[in-house]
Order: sequence, then structure tokens, then C-alpha cells
Amino acid sequence: MAEPNSSSRHSVLADFHSPQAIRHRQWRHIKDVLNRYLMSFGGVSVIIAIVLIAFYLLYVVLPIFKPAQVNLITDYPAPGDKADATMFYALEEQHEIGLRINKSGQADFFKTGGGEVVAVIDLTAWSPAEVTAFASGDPAQAMLAVGLSDGGVILAQHQYRVTYPNDIRLITPSITYPFGPEPIIVDASGNALVMLAAQWDGEQATIAALTADSRLLLLNLRQEESLIEDEPKLATLASSIPVEKNISHIILDVDQRELYLADSDGYISYFDISNKTTPRLIQKVRAVAKGNHITSLEFLSGGISILVGDSAGRITQWFPVRAEYSRKGFVSIDANGYLGIYHTTAHRTIKLARLVETPLRHVAIAPRANAILAEDERGNVQFLDVANEHPEVSWQSIWGKVWYESRDRPEYIWQSSSASSDFEPKFSLTPLAFGTLKAAFYAMIFAIPLAILGAIYTAYFMAAKVRSMVKSTVEIMAALPTVILGFLAGLWFAPYVESHLPGMFLILVLAPFTVLAVAWCWQLLPDSTRARVPDGNEAILLAPVLVGSVILALWASGPLEVWLFDGNLPYWLRQEMGITYEQRNSLVVGIAIGFAVIPTIFSISEDAIFGVPKSLTTGSLALGATPWQTMVRVVLLTASPGIFSAIMIGLGRAVGETMIVVMATGNTAIMDMNIFQGFRALSANIAVEMPESEVGSTHFRVLFLAGLVLFFVTFVFNTIAELVRQRLRLKYSSL
Amino acid sequence: MAARLKQWIESGSPFIWLSAGAVSILILMVAGLLLLIAVNGLGHFWPAQIASFAYVDDDGSKIQLAGEFADHELVPLARLPETDSRVPPGQTSVDRFLIKTGNRDFLGLDFRWVLGPAMSNLAYPDEMMAVERREWGNFYGTLVEIKDQTISAGPEVDLWEKMQRQIADSGRIFDQIRHIEKNLIGTINFDMERLRLRERKLELLGIMEAAEHEEISRQGVVLQSRYTQLTDELASLYEQFNRPRFSARLADGTEVELPFASVVHTYRPNSMTIFEKTRFYFHKLWEFVTDEPREANTEGGIFPAVFGTVMMVLLMALIVTPFGVVAAVYLHEYAKQGPLTRLIRIAVNNLAGVPSVVYGLFGLGFFVYFVGGNIDELLFPEVLPTPTFGTPGLMWASLTLALLTVPVVIVATEEGLARVPREIREGSLALGATKAETLWRTVLPMTAPSMMTGLILAIARAAGEVAPLMLVGVVKMAPALPLDGNFPYLHLDRKFMHLGFHIYDVGFQSPNVEAARPLVYATALLLVVIIIVLNMTAIRIRNTLREKYRAAEQQ
Repeated sequence: MAEPNSSSRHSVLADFHSPQAIRHRQWRHIKDVLNRYLMSFGGVSVIIAIVLIAFYLLYVVLPIFKPAQVNLITDYPAPGDKADATMFYALEEQHEIGLRINKSGQADFFKTGGGEVVAVIDLTAWSPAEVTAFASGDPAQAMLAVGLSDGGVILAQHQYRVTYPNDIRLITPSITYPFGPEPIIVDASGNALVMLAAQWDGEQATIAALTADSRLLLLNLRQEESLIEDEPKLATLASSIPVEKNISHIILDVDQRELYLADSDGYISYFDISNKTTPRLIQKVRAVAKGNHITSLEFLSGGISILVGDSAGRITQWFPVRAEYSRKGFVSIDANGYLGIYHTTAHRTIKLARLVETPLRHVAIAPRANAILAEDERGNVQFLDVANEHPEVSWQSIWGKVWYESRDRPEYIWQSSSASSDFEPKFSLTPLAFGTLKAAFYAMIFAIPLAILGAIYTAYFMAAKVRSMVKSTVEIMAALPTVILGFLAGLWFAPYVESHLPGMFLILVLAPFTVLAVAWCWQLLPDSTRARVPDGNEAILLAPVLVGSVILALWASGPLEVWLFDGNLPYWLRQEMGITYEQRNSLVVGIAIGFAVIPTIFSISEDAIFGVPKSLTTGSLALGATPWQTMVRVVLLTASPGIFSAIMIGLGRAVGETMIVVMATGNTAIMDMNIFQGFRALSANIAVEMPESEVGSTHFRVLFLAGLVLFFVTFVFNTIAELVRQRLRLKYSSL
Repeated sequence: MAARLKQWIESGSPFIWLSAGAVSILILMVAGLLLLIAVNGLGHFWPAQIASFAYVDDDGSKIQLAGEFADHELVPLARLPETDSRVPPGQTSVDRFLIKTGNRDFLGLDFRWVLGPAMSNLAYPDEMMAVERREWGNFYGTLVEIKDQTISAGPEVDLWEKMQRQIADSGRIFDQIRHIEKNLIGTINFDMERLRLRERKLELLGIMEAAEHEEISRQGVVLQSRYTQLTDELASLYEQFNRPRFSARLADGTEVELPFASVVHTYRPNSMTIFEKTRFYFHKLWEFVTDEPREANTEGGIFPAVFGTVMMVLLMALIVTPFGVVAAVYLHEYAKQGPLTRLIRIAVNNLAGVPSVVYGLFGLGFFVYFVGGNIDELLFPEVLPTPTFGTPGLMWASLTLALLTVPVVIVATEEGLARVPREIREGSLALGATKAETLWRTVLPMTAPSMMTGLILAIARAAGEVAPLMLVGVVKMAPALPLDGNFPYLHLDRKFMHLGFHIYDVGFQSPNVEAARPLVYATALLLVVIIIVLNMTAIRIRNTLREKYRAAEQQ
């Protein structure tokens, strides 16, 4: 290239090599690079944000399947008086202070961190008698009972006061006596008490005690406020229960209405003691296999179930048909030094760890179930930290049948909340997943025929002008908020269906019949008349006829109901067929969700059918096939993957539909395929329960699991659909 | 005949007709649904005639009832609990009317079903008046006299006119009271809370300087004195407001006394002309859109819900547009095309199909509790333990919906980018423009309409979405709008009301569903109209766009 002649031509641009131009180019280059990085950064971060959803859901859900962690913090010799063996251990709420009670009735409060004793109280200070029996009541009341050799019982509570001097937590333990420090005389004849069970609920106490001469005594104490005297009066009720065998364990439930006795042959007797003066034997069962004997008998929290440990190392749960402190978990120890943490609902061994080589003898759980104190045979105390946030669920309890307390058989139940702490949460997602599938099933039954037939006609037979109108109508249909569909379904359609049920079924018969009748009559008309309406306008022709048939069906509904079903079909169904009818039922929901998914299925299948290359159809028509034959044998066959993906995407939408399900079903989690009954779907359950779920709780995480399930199900449906569609596109472009 | 039928079936023609029937049904369903919403939603505001009639009650006693006809049905006799002597023999079904009797404070219920045959002497007396009240729903009766008026009217003015004037005056006082309570006292409370937080912040930072604390307490005293002054003013206004009363006669002849304080307006529909009714109708329609709800959302307007929806959608649009466009540009222009981008496209497409409630879950867990909780700890430690951003609110709702709608924008923008002819890009590059310049000066401007389409579709979707909002920030009754006169004016942390949720809440959670139903229809109509208009716009833009490019391609 020649040097530009500076005199001959003046460029409008600045000189290419001038510093100014170079600077400008550099600046443009920097802008270009900056732009690239910015766009890449922005784009990638949006994509990451989208992917984050799946991982975040997983991150929230995972902890419920994580096994518990048990870590040894310290161990030290048993605190307090070493000479006397331990009878009982307990921990307070913050698990900072422990309590040990030894055989002589001395209570030692100690620091769990190192075993230093902070307070010593002699429970039997007011009585000269020996300690012969001990029992602890409901952990929530922190009640202790000491049985004495002279037939007396001392009831005591261990309590903790938390103060914050200088912003440091200080826990001061104390012992109080709800009925005074003097012993309560249970056996007036002064025999020693060898075994004891006691409960106190803040108002009344019940004591069951076995005397050395094998009498079982029952004593009920109640503080009665008197209007005249200042001193509260003590009302007592007493009775005795005859016993035959050697009793090995006595336990009393929290409500003081049930008493269980275990004997040395492995039988458990269940007494109703609602009336303290007349105890009644309800049942006697063998709880362990022959040859084994009962080694331990305890209540599960809530006082409904009892746990029986036997010499063969098994633990069974029993409850009449009608531990940890506030959950249905329990801890067991055995002679080989193993410590196990279990949960009854989840049917799950959460942790099994061998702490020591020697047998473990005593164990105590902190009220929040986050620490354990265990003493082995050599008098060594181990203080353990327990990280066990979600013991109540397992894969099996979420999807399988679980035998819940007070139920007569294993069941799938979703029942997430209750006010009281002794409630057994029932987290079975099966009925909810069933509800979701039921909704989707009925929705698809309604939507698929209408959407696909409509798509076939619109894409292939309809006149172009009408087609664009139909397509925009369907687009509007797709845009209708589901909350409006749900509201109409729940408040207008559901009551209407209930009062016009025969009419609804009549429409199902009458509408296709009138369409066919019109079609038959149409082809009988002379050609000149038919020519006035061009092809592809059948849909417009049919509209008034269909409106007429619907009106006719609804008008005939009342007389039909009177004539055939005694004037009330829902009632007739219940009486004659045994079918329960709910106003907000699957029929209503199916139609509403069907209405919501029709546009999706319609649009995608219409696109697929319309996209079938014209060469195929014209070829078929040229060979003499009728339009319908071409449709079925050529077009549908080619477009079938597209229709399949349309159905998949529609299914994904039906599964995730929320507001319609919330508003138009009864939202009861029942598993019944009956079209006249409601259900509770996964999505509705999330929307209804999430706002009141406690952050980080098991309920919270199970709801996230439900969300994750929905996410994956729809993701799988959509991915399949998308892949099929992409292949179809390739196929079309090659044709 | 049989042969002809066989031939007819073989030709497949009946199936074509059946599929045409399916299309017909679809169109009829959509039209019917829109018609249903429109009729019910718009009909509610028309002043209905008040009927007065004698009625034989269930127990055989004769009573006089008055009210509006709300519904009618034909009931088969078998559905009635037992044989009724009031029904003439030989009939199989009977007319049943739902009467809106109003007067909930005197009758206990607003609505009652009456049997047609038991009604007699039906009349529409001119002097029957309907009183819309701030509590207890409508009142129906005849005016007797007015007591303790606050304005004086000459003797030439008749009783009805006097009442109208008094209502106007009471309304004026009511507006004053509301202004003081909501705006003036609201600002004082807001400032006081700010002072408290400032003090708490100083405490947290360990600043003990006396000057600061003194300044705060001085300002507190000023606010307190202003507050006392306002409460005094309020007390005198209330005294004026509560004094005037009127007495009216119920249908059964008992005379009752009602305060003007509870009256919104009164009208006598039976004596109104068509012109007056039309005016009244539009007045009511306007009131519905611009007024605040009354009586647990079952009466009055829906302004806060409209406002909340608009605010949320605008914020969402602000967030979703740049992110969606940047992601689409990256995917289409910068990323290397290959299996990975294909995978990403599938993922983005799929996300449009993920149930919205799952987005709500994510928003609640990630945005509200995780991000919001951390923001609170870092920026608003003085407010804790009351959460500021660690609780559902406007910002999180907008963000969640932005995430929900970002695939729509990405897909639409990418489609637009793909439609820009290759020659235009190449031409620009050949002229020496950098890639960035090509993008900003030629490609993106050409894509603008499709971005617009994507954005409108996103807005339409966001406006109708309810399930995720239930988790991340919508409430049935927000105490204050997210936009007001107190610094920083836009309160992103506030909860808000939403049209869609309003429909759900009023239709399903309100204590008096029957009374609230027309209002729900009207709300639904408003929402449907907004969404249809948005969608039509998007469809319009898209279609003209297609035409434009088709023209460009053919050149």
C-alpha cells in the first residue's frame, strides 16, 4: 500500500496513527473487553442463581437425614459421696448442672463440665429411716420420690433458678417439697417400701408403692384450698391392689390414670386407676418371649406408650388403643457399654455407640435432648454432647406406613402440628403425593381430549382467520391467574356442581351427541347451502348448538334428579352407593386445573401439528386419503413426539398447581380415589403450612422436602419434554 | 341409509366435527368465564331495588322483611329438610330467594333464604333507604328524624336533604380525623421509633456522650408535646363527630337510633332515576378502586391491594429486566455454543415450568431467613430482635418473583436476538465496530421489542401469581402503604397487600363470605382486566415484530 498523499486527499477521519486515534481505539478496546466480562459475569451469575434453587432446597432438606452426632466432652469419677451407689441422674435445661442421687438419699448437684459438687442436700434429713426405694416422675415436673424403710415417702422436686449477675448465666439448684419435707405415710403398718412409682402434676400426686410384705398400695394426695382456713388441706385417697407374682417394675403415667406392673415372668398388667379408690385391671399381656424377663419398663414421653426392655436386648413399644422430654425419642444403655439413641415414630436407630468396655448403669438426658450423662459400672461419669436435631423422620417414616401412638394399625398420616409437646408429629408425604397425583390425573382426563382435539382442528382444519382468533383466545386463557380459577371453582362452580350434578354428567353425553347430530344433518343439506359456509368454520357453527345443549342439560338436571335420584343426587350417592360426596371435590378441581393446563397442552401440540411439513400432507391427500385419514395416519404420527411433550409439560403444570388446589379442595389428607372427595396436595400443603412453620424445625425441613420433590418431578417431566421437542425439531428440519 | 352412515364414518368427517366441537368448547369456556366474572363483578355496584314484603316464617309466624334480592334458585322439594305447609301441594320444586336484609346489628345475619310461596304483598316503597356504614354492613329502613345536627339547615330543606348535608359534614370531620391519625400521628410515631433506635444504636456502640443523649431526649419531648396537642384536637373532633344521630324504622316497625359517625352514604334506590343510578354506579366503581377496605376487607375499596400489586410488579420489572437481558445476551452472543449452552437453555426453559410455590419456598428460606437475617445483623442491629429484612416483605417478594419470571425474559430476549439478521451484525463489524458497539448500537435496539414482550409477559405472570407471595410478604391487611411521606419514602421491608391474595383471603378466609362475594368478583375482574390488557399488548408487539422481520427477510 502506498503512502497516502497528504496534499491530495484529506480524510474525514483522524489520522490512524495519531496519538488521539490510538487512545480512542484503546479506549474502545477496553470498553469491549469490559463489556464482555460484564456480560459474562452477569450471565453466569444469573444462571448460577437459577441453579442455586435446587441446591438450596437440598441444603435445607439434608439435615433431616443426617445421623446424630454424639461427642464425648469429658469424663470424671461420679461426683459426691463415692461410698454410696448411684440411684438417679438428671440434667437441667442448659445441661450445665447435673444431679446425682445416691443410695442414702443424698442429692449432689454438680457441674457437668468437671464434676465439681456445687450443692449437697440430704433428702431424708427429716426422717431417721433408711432409703429403700426410689422413683422419678414425669421429667417435665422434675419430681423425685424416695421410699423409706418405715413406709414413708418423701416427694421432692429439683429446681433451677437462672440469674444473670454481671451478664453471666448463673444457675442455682434447689430442692422443694410440694407436700413438705416430712415423709408421707403410705404404709400405715410401717413396712419398708421396696418399690415405688410416683407422679405429680402440680395439683395432685399419686404414689404406687410395693411394701416388703408384698402389698401394692396406691395413694392419691391433693392440696385443697379452703375458704375458711388459711392452711391448705391435704385430701388423700388410698387403696391397695392385690398382687400374686413377684413384681419387678412399677410405672405410673403422667395423667395418673394408668398403672403398669411388670412381673418376673415377663407379664405386664395394665390397671385403670382413674378412680383411685377402686383400681381396675384392664389387661394382662406377656410382653417378652418365654425365658426372657423384663429388664426395664419406661414411659415414652407423653405417657401414652410404654417401652419394655428385655434380657435378650430387645426393646418393644406398647400402647393402649384408644425417654426424651418432649419428643418420641429414647436412649438405652446395655451391659456391654453401648449407648443407643432411638426414635419410635421414625422406627429408627439414630445412633449406636460403644462408650466404654464395662456395662453402663445409669443415664440421663438433658431436657432439650442435646446432652447425655452416663455412668458406668466403675462409677465413672461421661458427659456427652448430642447433636440430634431431627430424630422423628426417616426415609421410611416419610414415605411408608407408620404405627402411630393410639392408632390401631400402621397408617399413612400427615398431621404436622399440635399445641402440646407430647404430640407425635406425623410426617408422611405419601397422602400428599397421592393428592397431587389425583389432582393431576383428573385434570389430565379433562384437559387432554379437549386440548389435543382442539389443537388438531385448529392447526389443520381451521380457516386461517379464525385460527389466529382462537390462538389469541387460548393465550388469554393461559394468562388467567390461577387464583381466579381457584376462587371460581371453590365459590361458584363447586356449589353449582353440587346442585346440578346430574346435569354435569348429562353434558358429557349430550354435547358430543349434539355435535354428531349436527354433523350428520349438515352433510344431508344440499351442496348449495353448505357452500355458503366455507370449510374450516365448523367450530363457529357449533358454538350456538353447544350452548343450547349445555342449557338443555342443566335445565333437565332438576327434573332428572327428582325422577331418578329422589331429588338429591349427592344424598342418593351416600345412601345408595355408599359414596361420600364433598362439595369441593376432585371433579371440580380436575376441571379447574384442566382449564389451567389446557392452554399449555393446546399451544405446544398445535405448534407441533402445524409444523408438520406440507409436502407430507399434500402427498397423502394426492394419494386419495381423506383429510381425516391424512390427519391420523400422517400428521399425528409425525407430530406425536410434540404432542407427547405437550402432555408432559401440562402434567408438570398440573402437579405444581397451588392456588386452585388450596381453594377448591377440602385440603384433608385422605387417600381415596373417589372423584367426589377432596385431597391435600403437596403444593397446597406448602402454601398453607409454611407461614406458620418454625425455621429450622423438622416440619420446616419436611416442607422443603415436599418442595424438592415437586421441583424434581416437574424438572424431570419438563426435561423429557424438552429433549423430545428438540429431536422433533431436528426431524422436521431434515424433512 | 346404513351404508351412507358407514361411508360417512369412514370418511372421518364426524371426527373432524368432534374436534371442531372441542375448539368450540374451549372458546365458550373462556368466554363464559370472562362473562361470569364481568357480570358478577360489575353488577355489584348497581343500586338494587329494596323490596319490602310480608313473609310466613318457618314457625308459622307472620313477619315483615325488607332487603335486596341477591340470588334465586329452583329447589327440588326433596332437598328441603321436610315437608313444608307453606308450599302448595302438587309442586315438585319451589322458588327460593336469597335476600340481603342487612341490619346485621339488629338481625344477626346479613342474608337469609326465603321461600317464594311464603312471600306476599311485595312492594318497592319509595322511602326505603339503604345506608352504607363503616361497620355492621348495610342498613335498610325508613328515615324518621335527625337529632343533634352539627350544621344548621333552614326549614325549607326536607328531611332527606338534611340528612345528606349532615353526612357530608360528618364525612368532612371523618377525613380530618383520618388525616390526623394516619398522617400526623403516624409521622410522630415513626420519628419516635427512629429516636429510640438511635439511642439503642448509641448504646450498642458504647457511646456514652451526654450531648447526644440530651439531644435525643430533647427531641423526644418536642414530639411528645406535639402528640399531646394532636390527641386533644382529636378528642374535640371525635366529640363533634359522634354527636349527630338519626332514627330510622326497620321493616318490622321498630325504631332504632344510629350515629352519623358510621354512615358512609345513603341512597333511596327505589326512587332513583336511571340517570341517578348510573351516576351512583360510577361513583361506587371509582370508590372501589380508590378507597381503603372496611370491615375486614369485605366492604369498601381495594386501593392498598392495587397499590401493593403495582409496587411489587414495578420493582420486579426493575430487577428482572437487566438480569434477564444480560443472561440472554451472554447465552446468545458471548457463550461458546455447545452442549453446555444447550443444557443451560434446557434448564432455563424448565425453570419456567417449576411450580411457583417452590420459588416461594426458596424465597422464604434463602432471601428472607438467610440473606435478610444477615442484613439485619450487619445493618440493623439496633432493631433486633424485631426483624427488619429478616421477615417477609416487599423487597423479597419482588426478588422472588423476579427469579420466577427471569426465564420468560431470557427466552423472549434470546428469541429476539436470534431474529436479528446475521448481515446486520457482520455489516457493523465490517465497518470496524467492536463487538460491544455492535451489540449496544445495532443488535440490542433491534431486540428491544422482544425484550418488551418478555417483560410484559413477565409482569402479567407476576401480577397473577399468589402462591409464592403467601410465603414471602403478602398480608391480608397492611397497616401502611410501602410508599409514604416518611424517610426513606419507599419502605422495602414493609409487607403489602396484593389483588390476587385479596381474592383468596376475602373469598375464603373472611367471616362473612356471602357479603364479600360480589367484592371478590369485582377484584377478580380488575385483576383479569389488567392481565388481559398486558397480554394483549405483548401479543400485539410480538405480531407487529414478526411482520417487520418477515418484511426484512423478504427484501
